[in-house]
Amino acid sequence: MSDLKQTPLYDLHLELDAKMVPFAGYEMPVQFPLGVMKEHNHTRDAAGLFDVSHMGQVIIRPKSGNIEDAALALESLIPMDVLALKEGRQRYGMLTNDQGGIRDDLMFANRGDHLYVVVNGACKDDDFAHMQAHISDSCELHMHDDRALLALQGPQAETALTRLIPEVADMAFMDVRTMPYKGVDLWISRSGYTGEDGYEISVPADQATGLARDLLAMDEVEMIGLGARDSLRLEGGLCLYGNDIDTQTTPIEAALTWAIQKARRSGGDREGGFPGADIILSQMADGVSRKRVGIAPEGRAPMRGGTPLYADSDSDTQIGTITSGGFGPTVGRPVAMGYVATDLSAKDTTLFAELRGKRLPVRIAALPFTPANFKR
Amino acid sequence: MKFTEEHEWLLAEDDIVIVGITKHAADALGELVFVELPEVGAEVTKDEDIVVIESVKAASDIMAPIDGEIVEVNEELLENPTLVNEDPLGKAWFFKMKPDNMADLDDLMDEAAYNALIA
Repeated sequence: MSDLKQTPLYDLHLELDAKMVPFAGYEMPVQFPLGVMKEHNHTRDAAGLFDVSHMGQVIIRPKSGNIEDAALALESLIPMDVLALKEGRQRYGMLTNDQGGIRDDLMFANRGDHLYVVVNGACKDDDFAHMQAHISDSCELHMHDDRALLALQGPQAETALTRLIPEVADMAFMDVRTMPYKGVDLWISRSGYTGEDGYEISVPADQATGLARDLLAMDEVEMIGLGARDSLRLEGGLCLYGNDIDTQTTPIEAALTWAIQKARRSGGDREGGFPGADIILSQMADGVSRKRVGIAPEGRAPMRGGTPLYADSDSDTQIGTITSGGFGPTVGRPVAMGYVATDLSAKDTTLFAELRGKRLPVRIAALPFTPANFKR
Repeated sequence: MKFTEEHEWLLAEDDIVIVGITKHAADALGELVFVELPEVGAEVTKDEDIVVIESVKAASDIMAPIDGEIVEVNEELLENPTLVNEDPLGKAWFFKMKPDNMADLDDLMDEAAYNALIA
Protein backbone atom coordinates (compact mmCIF):
# COMPACT_ATOMS: atom_id res chain seq x y z
CA MET A 1 0.00 0.00 0.00
CA SER A 2 3.11 2.21 0.11
CA ASP A 3 2.50 4.10 -3.14
CA LEU A 4 -1.15 4.81 -2.32
CA LYS A 5 -2.01 8.45 -1.74
CA GLN A 6 -3.83 9.76 1.30
CA THR A 7 -6.58 12.37 1.43
CA PRO A 8 -6.42 15.27 3.89
CA LEU A 9 -8.91 13.34 6.07
CA TYR A 10 -6.71 10.24 6.33
CA ASP A 11 -5.81 10.70 10.00
CA LEU A 12 -9.44 11.38 10.88
CA HIS A 13 -10.48 8.13 9.17
CA LEU A 14 -7.96 6.19 11.26
CA GLU A 15 -9.10 7.98 14.40
CA LEU A 16 -12.69 6.98 13.58
CA ASP A 17 -11.52 3.37 13.18
CA ALA A 18 -12.32 3.11 9.45
CA LYS A 19 -11.51 0.01 7.48
CA MET A 20 -9.22 1.34 4.76
CA VAL A 21 -8.93 -0.07 1.23
CA PRO A 22 -7.13 0.98 -1.96
CA PHE A 23 -9.46 2.92 -4.28
CA ALA A 24 -8.55 5.10 -7.27
CA GLY A 25 -4.93 5.22 -6.13
CA TYR A 26 -5.85 6.35 -2.62
CA GLU A 27 -6.18 4.67 0.71
CA MET A 28 -9.90 5.23 1.35
CA PRO A 29 -12.41 4.26 4.05
CA VAL A 30 -14.73 1.48 2.83
CA GLN A 31 -16.65 1.44 6.09
CA PHE A 32 -16.65 2.79 9.62
CA PRO A 33 -17.59 0.85 12.78
CA LEU A 34 -21.29 1.53 12.09
CA GLY A 35 -21.10 -0.87 9.11
CA VAL A 36 -22.26 -0.56 5.50
CA MET A 37 -25.95 -1.29 6.16
CA LYS A 38 -26.37 1.23 9.00
CA GLU A 39 -24.25 3.81 7.15
CA HIS A 40 -26.53 3.44 4.14
CA ASN A 41 -29.69 3.76 6.22
CA HIS A 42 -28.31 6.69 8.20
CA THR A 43 -27.69 8.59 4.96
CA ARG A 44 -31.25 7.94 3.76
CA ASP A 45 -32.72 8.86 7.17
CA ALA A 46 -30.50 11.69 8.41
CA ALA A 47 -27.17 12.85 6.96
CA GLY A 48 -23.98 11.09 5.92
CA LEU A 49 -20.58 12.72 5.47
CA PHE A 50 -18.35 11.29 2.73
CA ASP A 51 -14.71 11.97 1.95
CA VAL A 52 -14.49 12.18 -1.83
CA SER A 53 -11.19 14.02 -1.92
CA HIS A 54 -9.78 11.44 -4.32
CA MET A 55 -11.82 13.10 -7.06
CA GLY A 56 -10.19 15.66 -9.32
CA GLN A 57 -11.14 19.34 -8.98
CA VAL A 58 -10.16 21.23 -12.11
CA ILE A 59 -10.46 24.94 -12.79
CA ILE A 60 -10.73 26.04 -16.42
CA ARG A 61 -10.02 29.75 -16.75
CA PRO A 62 -10.38 31.52 -20.14
CA LYS A 63 -7.22 33.37 -21.16
CA SER A 64 -9.43 36.02 -22.77
CA GLY A 65 -11.22 36.65 -19.51
CA ASN A 66 -14.49 35.84 -21.27
CA ILE A 67 -16.25 32.84 -19.73
CA GLU A 68 -17.85 32.01 -23.08
CA ASP A 69 -14.41 31.10 -24.44
CA ALA A 70 -13.96 28.54 -21.66
CA ALA A 71 -17.47 27.22 -22.27
CA LEU A 72 -16.83 26.76 -25.98
CA ALA A 73 -13.46 25.11 -25.25
CA LEU A 74 -15.08 22.59 -22.90
CA GLU A 75 -17.84 22.01 -25.47
CA SER A 76 -15.12 20.70 -27.82
CA LEU A 77 -14.61 17.80 -25.38
CA ILE A 78 -18.12 17.07 -24.02
CA PRO A 79 -21.52 16.81 -25.73
CA MET A 80 -23.18 19.19 -23.26
CA ASP A 81 -24.44 22.75 -23.60
CA VAL A 82 -21.86 24.61 -21.52
CA LEU A 83 -22.52 28.00 -23.07
CA ALA A 84 -26.10 28.17 -21.74
CA LEU A 85 -25.08 27.19 -18.22
CA LYS A 86 -25.74 30.21 -16.05
CA GLU A 87 -23.36 31.52 -13.41
CA GLY A 88 -23.87 29.65 -10.14
CA ARG A 89 -25.25 26.53 -11.83
CA GLN A 90 -23.87 23.04 -12.36
CA ARG A 91 -24.54 20.23 -14.86
CA TYR A 92 -23.69 16.57 -15.32
CA GLY A 93 -21.58 15.68 -18.33
CA MET A 94 -19.06 13.31 -19.82
CA LEU A 95 -15.84 13.40 -21.76
CA THR A 96 -16.21 11.33 -24.93
CA ASN A 97 -13.65 9.66 -27.18
CA ASP A 98 -13.50 9.47 -30.98
CA GLN A 99 -15.49 6.22 -30.95
CA GLY A 100 -18.30 7.87 -28.99
CA GLY A 101 -17.26 6.04 -25.80
CA ILE A 102 -17.11 7.70 -22.40
CA ARG A 103 -13.64 8.68 -21.17
CA ASP A 104 -15.07 9.84 -17.85
CA ASP A 105 -18.19 11.38 -16.39
CA LEU A 106 -18.07 14.65 -14.52
CA MET A 107 -19.87 17.65 -13.05
CA PHE A 108 -19.15 21.10 -14.41
CA ALA A 109 -20.12 24.45 -12.94
CA ASN A 110 -20.08 28.05 -14.12
CA ARG A 111 -18.40 30.05 -11.36
CA GLY A 112 -18.56 33.45 -13.05
CA ASP A 113 -15.09 33.98 -14.46
CA HIS A 114 -14.15 30.29 -14.74
CA LEU A 115 -15.51 26.77 -15.00
CA TYR A 116 -15.09 24.25 -12.18
CA VAL A 117 -15.06 20.59 -13.16
CA VAL A 118 -15.09 17.56 -10.84
CA VAL A 119 -13.90 14.30 -12.38
CA ASN A 120 -13.40 10.75 -11.09
CA GLY A 121 -10.30 10.03 -9.04
CA ALA A 122 -9.16 7.07 -11.12
CA CYS A 123 -9.36 9.14 -14.34
CA LYS A 124 -8.25 12.55 -13.13
CA ASP A 125 -4.65 12.52 -14.36
CA ASP A 126 -5.69 11.27 -17.82
CA ASP A 127 -8.58 13.74 -17.92
CA PHE A 128 -6.33 16.62 -17.01
CA ALA A 129 -3.75 15.66 -19.66
CA HIS A 130 -6.55 15.30 -22.22
CA MET A 131 -7.99 18.73 -21.41
CA GLN A 132 -4.52 20.26 -21.31
CA ALA A 133 -3.74 18.80 -24.76
CA HIS A 134 -6.91 20.15 -26.35
CA ILE A 135 -7.94 23.42 -24.74
CA SER A 136 -4.79 24.95 -23.22
CA ASP A 137 -4.51 27.38 -26.15
CA SER A 138 -7.54 29.25 -24.93
CA CYS A 139 -7.66 28.29 -21.23
CA GLU A 140 -5.49 28.01 -18.15
CA LEU A 141 -6.13 24.71 -16.41
CA HIS A 142 -5.40 23.97 -12.80
CA MET A 143 -5.96 20.78 -10.82
CA HIS A 144 -6.67 21.65 -7.20
CA ASP A 145 -4.71 19.00 -5.30
CA ASP A 146 -4.63 21.55 -2.49
CA ARG A 147 -8.35 21.10 -1.78
CA ALA A 148 -10.36 18.30 -0.21
CA LEU A 149 -13.91 17.41 -1.27
CA LEU A 150 -16.59 16.40 1.22
CA ALA A 151 -20.14 15.32 0.46
CA LEU A 152 -22.90 15.78 3.01
CA GLN A 153 -25.93 13.78 1.88
CA GLY A 154 -29.35 12.99 3.22
CA PRO A 155 -32.66 14.61 4.22
CA GLN A 156 -31.04 16.37 7.19
CA ALA A 157 -28.00 17.62 5.26
CA GLU A 158 -29.59 21.06 4.97
CA THR A 159 -30.40 21.19 8.69
CA ALA A 160 -26.81 20.28 9.52
CA LEU A 161 -24.96 22.53 7.08
CA THR A 162 -27.16 25.58 7.71
CA ARG A 163 -25.97 25.56 11.34
CA LEU A 164 -22.54 26.42 9.99
CA ILE A 165 -23.55 28.40 6.89
CA PRO A 166 -27.19 29.60 6.98
CA GLU A 167 -27.16 30.77 3.33
CA VAL A 168 -26.94 27.23 1.91
CA ALA A 169 -30.64 26.75 2.71
CA ASP A 170 -31.42 29.03 -0.24
CA MET A 171 -29.52 26.87 -2.74
CA ALA A 172 -31.56 24.73 -5.16
CA PHE A 173 -30.48 21.42 -6.65
CA MET A 174 -27.40 21.97 -8.86
CA ASP A 175 -26.74 25.48 -7.56
CA VAL A 176 -23.12 26.34 -6.76
CA ARG A 177 -21.93 29.06 -4.37
CA THR A 178 -18.71 30.26 -2.80
CA MET A 179 -19.19 30.63 0.94
CA PRO A 180 -16.72 31.92 3.51
CA TYR A 181 -16.28 29.71 6.57
CA LYS A 182 -13.72 30.25 9.34
CA GLY A 183 -11.64 32.46 7.10
CA VAL A 184 -11.52 30.24 4.01
CA ASP A 185 -13.67 29.93 0.90
CA LEU A 186 -15.80 26.82 0.55
CA TRP A 187 -17.00 25.93 -2.93
CA ILE A 188 -20.40 24.40 -2.33
CA SER A 189 -22.80 22.71 -4.74
CA ARG A 190 -26.22 21.29 -3.96
CA SER A 191 -25.68 17.88 -5.49
CA GLY A 192 -24.34 14.44 -4.76
CA TYR A 193 -24.17 10.76 -5.62
CA THR A 194 -26.75 9.14 -3.37
CA GLY A 195 -30.13 10.17 -4.80
CA GLU A 196 -30.65 12.29 -1.68
CA ASP A 197 -30.62 16.02 -1.17
CA GLY A 198 -27.25 17.25 -0.04
CA TYR A 199 -24.13 19.24 -0.71
CA GLU A 200 -20.66 18.72 -2.08
CA ILE A 201 -18.14 20.97 -0.39
CA SER A 202 -14.68 21.80 -1.68
CA VAL A 203 -12.48 22.98 1.17
CA PRO A 204 -8.76 23.88 1.42
CA ALA A 205 -6.90 20.71 2.45
CA ASP A 206 -5.67 22.09 5.77
CA GLN A 207 -9.22 23.07 6.82
CA ALA A 208 -10.91 19.83 5.75
CA THR A 209 -10.57 17.91 9.00
CA GLY A 210 -11.84 20.87 10.99
CA LEU A 211 -14.92 21.21 8.80
CA ALA A 212 -15.53 17.46 8.99
CA ARG A 213 -15.29 17.58 12.80
CA ASP A 214 -17.70 20.53 12.95
CA LEU A 215 -20.24 18.48 10.97
CA LEU A 216 -19.60 15.18 12.77
CA ALA A 217 -20.23 16.91 16.10
CA MET A 218 -23.90 17.15 15.10
CA ASP A 219 -26.34 14.38 16.02
CA GLU A 220 -27.60 14.10 12.44
CA VAL A 221 -24.22 13.44 10.88
CA GLU A 222 -22.23 10.20 10.66
CA MET A 223 -19.11 9.46 8.63
CA ILE A 224 -19.89 7.10 5.75
CA GLY A 225 -17.54 4.88 3.74
CA LEU A 226 -17.30 3.84 0.11
CA GLY A 227 -19.32 0.66 0.71
CA ALA A 228 -22.49 2.57 1.50
CA ARG A 229 -21.66 5.16 -1.16
CA ASP A 230 -21.87 2.33 -3.70
CA SER A 231 -25.17 0.87 -2.45
CA LEU A 232 -26.68 4.37 -2.23
CA ARG A 233 -25.73 5.36 -5.78
CA LEU A 234 -26.86 1.97 -7.09
CA GLU A 235 -30.34 2.39 -5.59
CA GLY A 236 -30.25 5.93 -6.97
CA GLY A 237 -29.68 4.51 -10.47
CA LEU A 238 -26.43 6.46 -10.83
CA CYS A 239 -23.58 5.12 -12.97
CA LEU A 240 -20.22 4.14 -11.53
CA TYR A 241 -17.50 4.95 -14.04
CA GLY A 242 -15.50 1.82 -14.87
CA ASN A 243 -18.49 -0.44 -14.11
CA ASP A 244 -21.59 0.93 -15.79
CA ILE A 245 -19.97 3.31 -18.26
CA ASP A 246 -16.51 3.25 -19.82
CA THR A 247 -14.67 3.86 -23.09
CA GLN A 248 -16.66 1.01 -24.69
CA THR A 249 -20.11 2.45 -23.90
CA THR A 250 -21.62 5.53 -25.53
CA PRO A 251 -23.87 8.04 -23.71
CA ILE A 252 -26.79 6.77 -25.82
CA GLU A 253 -26.22 3.13 -24.90
CA ALA A 254 -25.79 4.23 -21.29
CA ALA A 255 -29.25 5.89 -21.34
CA LEU A 256 -27.62 9.25 -20.60
CA THR A 257 -29.14 10.95 -23.65
CA TRP A 258 -30.95 13.35 -21.29
CA ALA A 259 -27.55 14.88 -20.45
CA ILE A 260 -27.00 15.96 -24.08
CA GLN A 261 -28.84 19.25 -24.44
CA LYS A 262 -30.66 20.33 -27.58
CA ALA A 263 -27.96 22.78 -28.69
CA ARG A 264 -25.49 19.94 -29.24
CA ARG A 265 -27.92 17.52 -30.92
CA SER A 266 -28.65 17.27 -34.65
CA GLY A 267 -30.29 20.52 -35.73
CA GLY A 268 -29.07 22.36 -32.64
CA ASP A 269 -27.25 25.71 -32.64
CA ARG A 270 -23.90 24.02 -31.97
CA GLU A 271 -24.60 20.54 -33.30
CA GLY A 272 -21.80 18.01 -32.82
CA GLY A 273 -18.27 19.31 -32.45
CA PHE A 274 -17.27 16.92 -29.65
CA PRO A 275 -15.23 13.68 -29.92
CA GLY A 276 -17.30 10.85 -31.40
CA ALA A 277 -20.12 13.22 -32.42
CA ASP A 278 -20.78 11.39 -35.70
CA ILE A 279 -21.36 8.10 -33.86
CA ILE A 280 -23.30 9.58 -30.95
CA LEU A 281 -25.60 11.69 -33.12
CA SER A 282 -26.28 8.82 -35.52
CA GLN A 283 -27.10 6.58 -32.54
CA MET A 284 -29.56 9.23 -31.35
CA ALA A 285 -31.23 9.16 -34.76
CA ASP A 286 -31.07 5.43 -35.52
CA GLY A 287 -31.13 3.84 -32.09
CA VAL A 288 -28.68 1.47 -30.42
CA SER A 289 -28.55 -2.31 -30.19
CA ARG A 290 -28.07 -2.38 -26.41
CA LYS A 291 -29.15 -0.14 -23.55
CA ARG A 292 -28.38 0.37 -19.89
CA VAL A 293 -31.39 -0.55 -17.74
CA GLY A 294 -32.33 -1.20 -14.14
CA ILE A 295 -32.50 -4.88 -13.24
CA ALA A 296 -34.45 -6.28 -10.30
CA PRO A 297 -33.53 -9.86 -9.38
CA GLU A 298 -36.78 -11.63 -8.41
CA GLY A 299 -35.23 -13.78 -5.69
CA ARG A 300 -33.09 -12.84 -2.75
CA ALA A 301 -29.70 -13.53 -4.32
CA PRO A 302 -27.69 -10.37 -5.03
CA MET A 303 -26.21 -10.28 -8.55
CA ARG A 304 -22.92 -8.48 -8.98
CA GLY A 305 -21.20 -6.95 -12.00
CA GLY A 306 -20.24 -9.51 -14.65
CA THR A 307 -23.31 -11.72 -14.19
CA PRO A 308 -24.50 -12.79 -17.70
CA LEU A 309 -28.14 -12.35 -18.80
CA TYR A 310 -30.23 -14.57 -21.10
CA ALA A 311 -33.67 -14.21 -22.70
CA ASP A 312 -34.95 -17.45 -21.19
CA SER A 313 -34.01 -20.26 -18.83
CA ASP A 314 -32.21 -22.47 -21.35
CA SER A 315 -30.98 -20.26 -24.22
CA ASP A 316 -27.24 -20.36 -24.97
CA THR A 317 -27.18 -16.84 -26.41
CA GLN A 318 -26.19 -14.18 -23.92
CA ILE A 319 -28.25 -11.00 -24.43
CA GLY A 320 -26.77 -8.80 -21.74
CA THR A 321 -24.59 -8.40 -18.67
CA ILE A 322 -25.06 -6.94 -15.22
CA THR A 323 -22.53 -4.14 -14.67
CA SER A 324 -23.30 -3.25 -11.01
CA GLY A 325 -25.41 -5.01 -8.47
CA GLY A 326 -25.85 -5.88 -4.85
CA PHE A 327 -28.31 -5.70 -2.01
CA GLY A 328 -30.27 -2.47 -1.74
CA PRO A 329 -30.75 -1.80 1.98
CA THR A 330 -33.50 0.80 1.45
CA VAL A 331 -35.58 -1.31 -0.92
CA GLY A 332 -34.75 -4.45 1.11
CA ARG A 333 -33.95 -6.62 -1.88
CA PRO A 334 -31.25 -7.04 -4.51
CA VAL A 335 -30.88 -4.31 -7.13
CA ALA A 336 -28.70 -4.13 -10.24
CA MET A 337 -28.12 -2.36 -13.51
CA GLY A 338 -26.60 -3.52 -16.73
CA TYR A 339 -26.79 -3.63 -20.51
CA VAL A 340 -29.34 -5.68 -22.43
CA ALA A 341 -30.35 -6.00 -26.09
CA THR A 342 -32.65 -3.08 -26.90
CA ASP A 343 -35.52 -5.33 -28.01
CA LEU A 344 -35.50 -6.88 -24.52
CA SER A 345 -35.11 -3.62 -22.62
CA ALA A 346 -38.77 -2.72 -22.01
CA LYS A 347 -39.77 -2.28 -18.37
CA ASP A 348 -41.06 -5.47 -16.72
CA THR A 349 -39.47 -7.77 -19.32
CA THR A 350 -38.42 -10.98 -17.59
CA LEU A 351 -34.88 -12.19 -18.30
CA PHE A 352 -32.66 -14.80 -16.68
CA ALA A 353 -29.32 -14.28 -14.97
CA GLU A 354 -26.86 -17.13 -14.65
CA LEU A 355 -25.57 -17.26 -11.10
CA ARG A 356 -23.42 -20.12 -9.83
CA GLY A 357 -24.63 -22.34 -12.66
CA LYS A 358 -28.33 -21.60 -12.13
CA ARG A 359 -30.69 -19.49 -14.24
CA LEU A 360 -32.59 -17.10 -11.99
CA PRO A 361 -35.35 -14.71 -13.13
CA VAL A 362 -34.79 -10.94 -13.16
CA ARG A 363 -37.07 -8.14 -14.28
CA ILE A 364 -36.21 -4.96 -16.18
CA ALA A 365 -36.97 -2.15 -13.72
CA ALA A 366 -37.25 1.62 -13.85
CA LEU A 367 -34.34 3.61 -12.43
CA PRO A 368 -33.91 4.86 -9.79
CA PHE A 369 -34.97 2.11 -7.38
CA THR A 370 -35.46 4.70 -4.64
CA PRO A 371 -37.14 8.03 -5.45
CA ALA A 372 -34.75 10.97 -5.74
CA ASN A 373 -35.15 13.50 -2.93
CA PHE A 374 -33.61 16.53 -4.56
CA LYS A 375 -34.43 20.10 -3.59
CA ARG A 376 -35.81 21.50 -6.82
CA MET B 1 -16.26 -26.94 19.91
CA LYS B 2 -13.64 -27.14 17.15
CA PHE B 3 -12.55 -24.45 14.69
CA THR B 4 -11.11 -24.21 11.17
CA GLU B 5 -8.74 -21.65 9.70
CA GLU B 6 -11.69 -20.64 7.51
CA HIS B 7 -13.44 -19.35 10.65
CA GLU B 8 -16.01 -22.12 10.92
CA TRP B 9 -17.00 -23.77 14.18
CA LEU B 10 -17.96 -27.43 14.52
CA LEU B 11 -19.90 -28.92 17.39
CA ALA B 12 -20.21 -32.70 17.61
CA GLU B 13 -23.49 -34.17 18.91
CA ASP B 14 -23.43 -37.97 18.84
CA ASP B 15 -22.61 -38.89 15.22
CA ILE B 16 -23.70 -35.51 13.81
CA VAL B 17 -21.64 -32.31 13.54
CA ILE B 18 -23.23 -28.84 13.57
CA VAL B 19 -21.37 -26.18 11.54
CA GLY B 20 -21.49 -22.38 11.66
CA ILE B 21 -19.16 -19.40 11.34
CA THR B 22 -17.40 -17.66 14.20
CA LYS B 23 -18.28 -14.27 15.64
CA HIS B 24 -14.95 -13.02 14.30
CA ALA B 25 -16.00 -14.01 10.77
CA ALA B 26 -19.52 -12.62 11.15
CA ASP B 27 -18.17 -9.29 12.41
CA ALA B 28 -15.70 -9.07 9.52
CA LEU B 29 -18.41 -9.77 6.93
CA GLY B 30 -20.84 -7.19 8.24
CA GLU B 31 -24.61 -7.52 8.01
CA LEU B 32 -25.52 -10.54 5.91
CA VAL B 33 -28.23 -10.06 3.29
CA PHE B 34 -28.29 -13.46 1.59
CA VAL B 35 -27.53 -17.07 2.42
CA GLU B 36 -27.61 -20.03 0.03
CA LEU B 37 -27.46 -23.47 1.66
CA PRO B 38 -26.47 -26.91 0.32
CA GLU B 39 -29.04 -29.62 -0.48
CA VAL B 40 -29.91 -32.02 2.27
CA GLY B 41 -28.45 -35.40 1.31
CA ALA B 42 -25.50 -33.90 -0.58
CA GLU B 43 -22.19 -35.72 -0.19
CA VAL B 44 -19.57 -33.03 0.34
CA THR B 45 -15.78 -33.05 0.32
CA LYS B 46 -13.50 -31.06 2.61
CA ASP B 47 -12.74 -27.57 1.14
CA GLU B 48 -15.62 -27.78 -1.35
CA ASP B 49 -17.62 -24.51 -1.48
CA ILE B 50 -21.08 -25.43 -0.24
CA VAL B 51 -22.62 -22.26 1.22
CA VAL B 52 -22.82 -18.78 -0.33
CA ILE B 53 -23.15 -15.84 2.02
CA GLU B 54 -23.39 -12.22 0.98
CA SER B 55 -23.11 -9.01 2.91
CA VAL B 56 -23.94 -5.60 1.42
CA LYS B 57 -20.28 -5.44 0.44
CA ALA B 58 -19.43 -8.79 -1.11
CA ALA B 59 -20.10 -12.48 -1.61
CA SER B 60 -18.13 -15.20 0.18
CA ASP B 61 -18.20 -18.98 0.27
CA ILE B 62 -18.19 -21.35 3.17
CA MET B 63 -16.36 -24.61 2.56
CA ALA B 64 -17.15 -28.08 3.83
CA PRO B 65 -14.87 -28.42 6.86
CA ILE B 66 -14.62 -32.23 6.56
CA ASP B 67 -15.94 -35.00 4.29
CA GLY B 68 -19.48 -36.15 4.94
CA GLU B 69 -23.20 -35.95 4.14
CA ILE B 70 -25.42 -32.92 4.73
CA VAL B 71 -28.30 -34.08 6.92
CA GLU B 72 -30.03 -30.80 7.79
CA VAL B 73 -29.79 -27.12 6.83
CA ASN B 74 -30.91 -24.07 8.79
CA GLU B 75 -33.68 -22.70 6.57
CA GLU B 76 -34.35 -19.84 8.98
CA LEU B 77 -31.18 -18.20 7.60
CA LEU B 78 -32.77 -17.95 4.13
CA GLU B 79 -35.47 -15.65 5.49
CA ASN B 80 -33.36 -13.96 8.13
CA PRO B 81 -29.68 -13.76 7.08
CA THR B 82 -28.83 -11.22 9.78
CA LEU B 83 -29.34 -13.94 12.39
CA VAL B 84 -25.73 -14.83 11.51
CA ASN B 85 -24.62 -11.44 12.83
CA GLU B 86 -26.85 -11.63 15.89
CA ASP B 87 -26.11 -15.16 17.09
CA PRO B 88 -23.32 -16.74 15.01
CA LEU B 89 -22.42 -19.39 17.58
CA GLY B 90 -26.00 -20.34 18.42
CA LYS B 91 -29.20 -19.98 16.42
CA ALA B 92 -27.33 -19.18 13.19
CA TRP B 93 -25.80 -22.61 12.54
CA PHE B 94 -25.63 -23.28 8.78
CA PHE B 95 -25.88 -27.05 8.38
CA LYS B 96 -25.57 -30.37 10.16
CA MET B 97 -23.49 -33.10 8.63
CA LYS B 98 -22.74 -36.74 9.21
CA PRO B 99 -18.94 -37.02 8.90
CA ASP B 100 -17.43 -39.89 6.96
CA ASN B 101 -14.86 -40.07 9.70
CA MET B 102 -15.55 -38.49 13.09
CA ALA B 103 -11.82 -38.57 13.81
CA ASP B 104 -11.36 -35.79 11.18
CA LEU B 105 -12.44 -33.38 13.91
CA ASP B 106 -9.30 -34.19 15.86
CA ASP B 107 -7.22 -32.37 13.22
CA LEU B 108 -9.07 -29.10 13.83
CA MET B 109 -8.20 -26.30 16.26
CA ASP B 110 -9.55 -26.05 19.77
CA GLU B 111 -10.84 -22.71 21.04
CA ALA B 112 -7.49 -21.61 22.48
CA ALA B 113 -5.71 -22.27 19.17
CA TYR B 114 -8.42 -20.44 17.24
CA ASN B 115 -8.29 -17.45 19.57
CA ALA B 116 -4.52 -17.36 19.03
CA LEU B 117 -5.10 -17.41 15.25
CA ILE B 118 -7.38 -14.36 15.28
CA ALA B 119 -5.50 -12.47 18.00
